Amino acid sequence: MKTKKIINDGANAVDEMLDGILLAHGNILRRADGSGRAIIAKDGPRDGKVGLMIGGGSGHEPTFVGFVGRGLADAAAIGNVFASPPPDPALESVNEINGGAGVLFMYGNYAGDVMNFDMAAEMAAMDDIEVRTVLTTDDIASAPLDEIEKRRGVAGNFFIFKAAGAAADEMMSLDEVERVARHANARTYTMGVALSPCSLPQTRTFNFELGPDEMEIGMGIHGEPGIERGPLKTADEITDEIMDRILSEMGAQVGDRVAVLVNSLGSTPLMELYIMNRRVQARLAEAGLETHATWVGNYCTSLEMAGASITVMHLDDELTRLIDRPCECAMFRVV
Amino acid sequence: MGTITSADLIAMLSAIADTMDENRDALCALDGEIGDGDHGVAMALGFNAARDALADLEADAVPTQVLNTAAKAFLSGVGASCGPLYATAMMRAAAAVKGQDVLSSEDGSKLVAAMAEGIAHRGKASVGDKTMLDVWHPAAEAATEGGWSAAIKAAEDAAEGTKMMQAKLGRAARLGERSLGHMDPGAASAVLVIKAMASTLG
Repeated sequence: MKTKKIINDGANAVDEMLDGILLAHGNILRRADGSGRAIIAKDGPRDGKVGLMIGGGSGHEPTFVGFVGRGLADAAAIGNVFASPPPDPALESVNEINGGAGVLFMYGNYAGDVMNFDMAAEMAAMDDIEVRTVLTTDDIASAPLDEIEKRRGVAGNFFIFKAAGAAADEMMSLDEVERVARHANARTYTMGVALSPCSLPQTRTFNFELGPDEMEIGMGIHGEPGIERGPLKTADEITDEIMDRILSEMGAQVGDRVAVLVNSLGSTPLMELYIMNRRVQARLAEAGLETHATWVGNYCTSLEMAGASITVMHLDDELTRLIDRPCECAMFRVV
Repeated sequence: MGTITSADLIAMLSAIADTMDENRDALCALDGEIGDGDHGVAMALGFNAARDALADLEADAVPTQVLNTAAKAFLSGVGASCGPLYATAMMRAAAAVKGQDVLSSEDGSKLVAAMAEGIAHRGKASVGDKTMLDVWHPAAEAATEGGWSAAIKAAEDAAEGTKMMQAKLGRAARLGERSLGHMDPGAASAVLVIKAMASTLG
């Protein structure tokens, strides 16, 4: 049985979505010439500023395109649903966001993204553009701590991109923006839970099976299997399971500050996210941590998957300043 | 002895696109077991992009041009992980037959070997990591020694063999032992590519 989706031809879903985004947010975004898959911040790139390029597969909106705008990313290279973009979109926009201070590529740690963005970086280097790369690896369920370089990037992208984008907006050098990006990544911890699968617009069939009473802790944002599958638990039990792992890995001291993101994977409603957040905040308070800021909603989705993720960023003075710095993107603002 | 012309290579790429269209959903289902369920879509997109680009190629294009055109179209059309892997594979194949207007039928195995090399170079996988290389590597050896029928047999056996492997690279690597028992989708599609090559070049 095919899943129900409001689409035309599934093969055109990504391009038609981008058409709609450009029509809604034309004051902030424009397309680079070429494939139509490179989206640039109208008011972002400028002389002397490090260009920040983010990107990856579609299906995670507002990640990535929604985080393009002044104060955050200068461009996004957009792939097909759950598939890395080819090198083309990055190459079509890298010149336009290079203000002479170099360009930082930031994206989640996935094999396909690494191969394609590396090819783009090699080709950009031939045009004498200095490109550095920082991979995000915030999903603590995706590999053990001693294999941290294998972890994938998920909803924590939101904080990590925000910090790096603010650093670039402060006109820091490429070295400094790269340092901030690595630092932000090292201090960002995410874990999710999936309740139901999602389906690609091109196939309209579920990409994995999950029983009617089952949930899977640690599942990835493309349905990559997680660490534990079992019967559905309560909001507090699920939140505790996730927060136990985040708090134990974060190793924060009493009095430290954190930023929190409670994120829907697509179809889980705000009601459930806020129920989770209530418990997240209780656990943070119990650990003696101060929540500096909280975001709740759809920030890194997985099409229509049901489920949620919790991200905690362990702040210091610099990260606090960078997270608070204003930005104006199509789908996210700090004022 | 038969020969392989540019037209044969175009027919080969068209046959690969056909088999990817036919097996798209099955490959996605296989990928859904241990990956993210997009492999069939990506492979079908890539080889259709290659087929479309070849429709516009000048009639006097030599084999190297055919393969390079397909490589570039595949890469631009799909991205994903199979984009850089198959694009590099076809570029290596193009380089391997550079300067030849027509290929001999033995050159077919040279193409398979060059593609296997390209995939190994770009993906940095080792044999046994449960990737498409686990099919391409033995198929290339078998093709060199025993021709197309040996290559198909080796490819099919090797794809079956990936069920016994634990994934070390790509999305499935995060599964650890849970990847056991599942055929690697990249290995499964590699068998389809090799079979389509054999049916048109063999």
